[in-house]
This record gives sequence, C-alpha cells and structure tokens, in this order.
Amino acid sequence: MRDYIIRRLLGLIPILIGISVAIFVIMQLIPGDVVSGILGIEQTPELREMWERKLGLDKPLVEQYFNWIGKAVTGDFGESFRTGAPVFPEIISRFKISAELAILGCIIAWIIALPLGIISALKRNSVIDRIVRVVALMGVSIPNFASATLIILFLAKGFNYHTPVKYVGLLENFGTNMEIMLLPAFILGSVMAGSVMRMTRSSMLEVLRQDYIKAVRAKGAPEKVTIFRHAFKNSSIPIVTLIGMQIGSLMGGTVVIEQIFSIPGLGQLTLTGITQRDFPVVQGCVLFIAFVYVIVNLLVDILYTYIDPRITYT
Amino acid sequence: MDNLLEIRNLKITTLRGKNTVRLLDRVDLNIRKKCSFGIVGESGCGKSITANAILGLLPYPLQVSEGSIRYDSKDGEKELLKLSKKEMRSVRGQEISMIFQEPMTSLDPIFNVEMQMNEALSFHHPRMSKGEMRDRALEMLRRVNIPRPEQTLSSYPHQLSGGQLQRIMIAIALINDPRLLLADEPTTALDVTIQAQILKLMNDLKEQNDTSIIMITHDLGVIAETCEEVAVFYAGQIVEQANVVDLFTQTAHPYTQGLLQAVTSLGSETRKLYTIPGIVPPGGQWNQGCRFADRCSRCMEKCRGQMPALTEVAPGHVCRCFLHSEEAEA
Repeated sequence: MRDYIIRRLLGLIPILIGISVAIFVIMQLIPGDVVSGILGIEQTPELREMWERKLGLDKPLVEQYFNWIGKAVTGDFGESFRTGAPVFPEIISRFKISAELAILGCIIAWIIALPLGIISALKRNSVIDRIVRVVALMGVSIPNFASATLIILFLAKGFNYHTPVKYVGLLENFGTNMEIMLLPAFILGSVMAGSVMRMTRSSMLEVLRQDYIKAVRAKGAPEKVTIFRHAFKNSSIPIVTLIGMQIGSLMGGTVVIEQIFSIPGLGQLTLTGITQRDFPVVQGCVLFIAFVYVIVNLLVDILYTYIDPRITYT
Repeated sequence: MDNLLEIRNLKITTLRGKNTVRLLDRVDLNIRKKCSFGIVGESGCGKSITANAILGLLPYPLQVSEGSIRYDSKDGEKELLKLSKKEMRSVRGQEISMIFQEPMTSLDPIFNVEMQMNEALSFHHPRMSKGEMRDRALEMLRRVNIPRPEQTLSSYPHQLSGGQLQRIMIAIALINDPRLLLADEPTTALDVTIQAQILKLMNDLKEQNDTSIIMITHDLGVIAETCEEVAVFYAGQIVEQANVVDLFTQTAHPYTQGLLQAVTSLGSETRKLYTIPGIVPPGGQWNQGCRFADRCSRCMEKCRGQMPALTEVAPGHVCRCFLHSEEAEA
C-alpha cells in the first residue's frame, strides 16, 4: 500500500510537467499580452521594452519556460505580472474559500441525494420514485449559471434580498460567511445531487437484486441492516467514484458560481489571470487544481480498499 | 399438527405489464417432521418460488394470491402468510433456514465469514457475547468439515472455493438449529465430486439435528440420494407425488417417465440421450387441458380439453394423468 501511494505520487510529476507545458504554450497562442494590458493606451515602444525586460518576456520562449519551472521546483511560483504579489500564498488563501464552497456543496448534495436515491430504489416505480427521478433529472439538466441567476433574481425581486456582496471569512464571522456561501453551495450541490442520486438509485437497484441480499433476509435480518449494512455499503463504490470525480472537478468548476456571487475563490483568480494574460497566476492556479484533482482521486482509490476487501494495491 | 409444514391451495402470481399471470397453481404439500422432501422439475415450473413463498422472500412483483402455509413452530402453530414482518423475521434463520443455488454470490463479498456467521446469531440472540458467537461459529464450521476453521472465519468470500462457501452457507443456515431447511438447488453450481460431498453432509446433519429438509432440484440423482418423499412439479402444478422408491419404480406420469429416461447412467448401453421434446410453457401460456399435453407421447383427445385431477393411483402415490384416472379437475 505504501509503495502504491509513493508510486502514484511520483506519477504526479509527469502529469504536472505536461500540464505546465500545455498551459505555457496556450498562453503564448492566445492573442494579447500582459504588457498591453498594463500599459493600456499609453504604450510606447520604450515603455513596452522596459516592461518586457522587467517581466523577463524579452528572453526566448524556451528560456522563459525553464526560468519559471526552475524556480517552481523549489516551491517559488513567481509573482503576478500585474500586482507583483507572490502567487503561491494568494492561491492558498483563495483555495481555502473555494474549498469551503466545494465542501459545503458536497455536503448539501449528499444530504439530498443519498437518502432520496435509497428511497427511490426501495420504492421503485412508486410515486415518490417518479418525483425524485424527475427532480434529479432537472438538477442534472439545468446549468448552474441559469439556476443561480434565476434564484438571485427571484430573491431580489420577490423578497428584496441579496447575499452580502463583500466576502467575509469563515473565521471572521461565521454567520455572515454562511449567508454568503450557503446559497451558491446549494446551487453547486443541487447539480451534483442529481447525478449522485441517479447513481445511488441504479447502484442500489443492482445490489438489491443480488443473491446475498436475499440470503441476508433469509437469516432474519431487520430491513435496516439489510439496506444499510449490506445493500448500501455494497453499492457505495460507484457512488464514491462519482463523488471523487465531482470533488476534483469542483475545484475548477466553481468558476462560474464564484463569478456570479462574487466570491473571491480560486476559480475567480484563475479567470482574472487568464483575462489579464497573467502567466504566473494562471500557471500556478492550473497546476494547483490539477494537483488537488490527482490527490482527491488517490484518496478515493485508497478509500475503495476500506469498502471492498477484494480491492488491494501492490 | 401432525406435519411440520402444510401448504394448502397455494397460488402465486406475478404482474406482466398490467396483466396478472399465474405462476403457481393450487399447490398442496405436507412436510412431515424429520423428513426430507424433494421437489423436482424443470426451470420455471414453480419450485423455487414455492420455497421463497414459505419464507416470504418472493421478489417484487411476485406475490401469493391465495392459499395458506401453516407451520408447526416451537411455540405453536403459525400461519406463515399472515405473520407480521417482525414475526416473519424471527422465523427466518431461526425456525426455517434457506440455502441457495449459487454459493459464490450468496455471501456478502465485503464482509468476512465471521461477521456473516455472527450476524445469523445476533439477529435472534441479541445478547450473545462475541466469545460465545465465535465458539458457536467455530463449532458449526467443524461440523460442516471446513478445514482450518479459525483461518476461515477471517476469510472473505472471494478467498474461498464454491464448495467451501456452500458448506459455510449450510453452517450459517443451521447455526440456530432450525427445524426446516429449504435447499434451493444447493449443488447445481458445484463440481460433481463436491456435489456428492455436500449431499452427504446434508444427510448427516439432518440425522444429527432432526431437521426436515425441502430439497429443490432439477436433478433426479440428487432426489434419489437424499429424499424420502418427492413431488414432481410441471408448469406450476404438482403432477406426481410419491415416496422416492415408488416414484422411481412405479412411475405413473408420462412427464416423470420422461425425466427418468433423460437421466444418463454409466454402464448402460450407448444410445442417444433421451430428451422430452419442447419446453415448459411459461406462466400465462398454459392451455386449459393437461399442461403437459403438447409434449406428451401418450396424449389423448381428452387431455387437450380437460385438466386431469390429482388422484391417488396407489396408497400415498398421487398422479395427475388421464391414463390412471378418468377424474378431471373441477
């Protein structure tokens, strides 16, 4: 197991290098550059040259890349071209906000999806099942930017309410923080809940057909033991896989929600970095998101071994 | 009650779309105490669902539409079809146990053997200590001839063979000393050599425990090895029932004769394997006369119009065929 984890972590290296090269190349290919952005209409060839020299953009591309990665391996992800602030601490502080949003979203999704999925499977083809399935399908099909905008409009027009505009940290003021975060988390969660619920239902239905479920009942098991200890635990592997993928993609997937609710998270930082052609910021954010994605997937793979003794890694 | 289990007029139906389809038709069975009773028939004849109905384990949308199943339990006579869910749970695994066709899939793959054996105890003896449960589990594993029982307790199902798993299933089924064991094709999925061992084990345990067994199988060889009395099912009905010797020697129903002819035996002169032409008509497609008529080599005019009644051809030997009695089903 330890060897497996070490191997997976070593596997991260080529992934991160590949991503960094891809981001570097793409940043060169998209039109516009950071200097034009900084200078705006006042640019002159002299000013331009000065800034390019200052940011190291006058050097050949290959050299630029190796300068960056040479510092990156020592943990120094450089400074933002626009603000001059170091990138890494900024990413961490933004990540905390995005992570809170993502975790809240997941919790909301699970609270909604798991019980409904189980009930839906147990009461297959009943009225409850039909309603749950339609709602889940809506959750999956309505894009979150649409539902977010509609909910904001609805609250503003109907109740004259809007969430606080200025972000307040979780530890500064818990109440205000929740007021800011719960609504976007709910919207994120509702989209996830749709697919988690559908997976829970189909996986439960599959397991409930198995012989061992009938055998457990034949032993005289109470229904709740049959359903939770045996059926749900057995059906949780595909659910855990799905949830793992969702958490991974949430890191980048909160971009739209952060933008709509003006939450200063990692997604917003990345987006601003891209529009301003701020290479160190974009590179740092994307690498960090990729890193989190791989780590979450590794954790999911490790979690499998606790659920299912048939899965072992050597 | 003289018998351990009395099934009367049992009918099981299912839903196909909006239609109700009969799967089992007016079945009567008496299971004596300390008896092993065989139910034999082809796939889809209703033998497994009869066993499932006894324990209330019919999968949706199958249901018992009529009939009664009376059981002489340790604390008095019970009508199994009228028990509450809670009462039925205390019967399952304690008074009546069941083992299944596929040992490989009958144990939960994510729990070890010990936990699954303890479970069977704890559902019925919630106050039993871990140590007592372990001792009981080890004792049962020894009784079903599992080598290295301690090691087996901590094993997971995927680490064990089909024969071992079926032994463990039997150990679990008998762990609470039930009075009736329903064995739904317990040897079908096993190798021939293992089959013989399992059947011998079941015979031995039955002698030791005074447990009655209902052995459900499509294999007449298994019936001959293990059963005292046999009912032959065809298309949701009993077509012949007798003690095992009479059934094999005084075979009355053409269907049973066909089944016997289709058994291969070593040493007999080489000939083409006998098969009964056609297939069992599925539920909902039964004709109004004898349900075997289309496949019967001795079918008469009358067989297609009227259903023969189950009548006694010799003491304790009943058969549903116009060759033996003119009586038709009302």
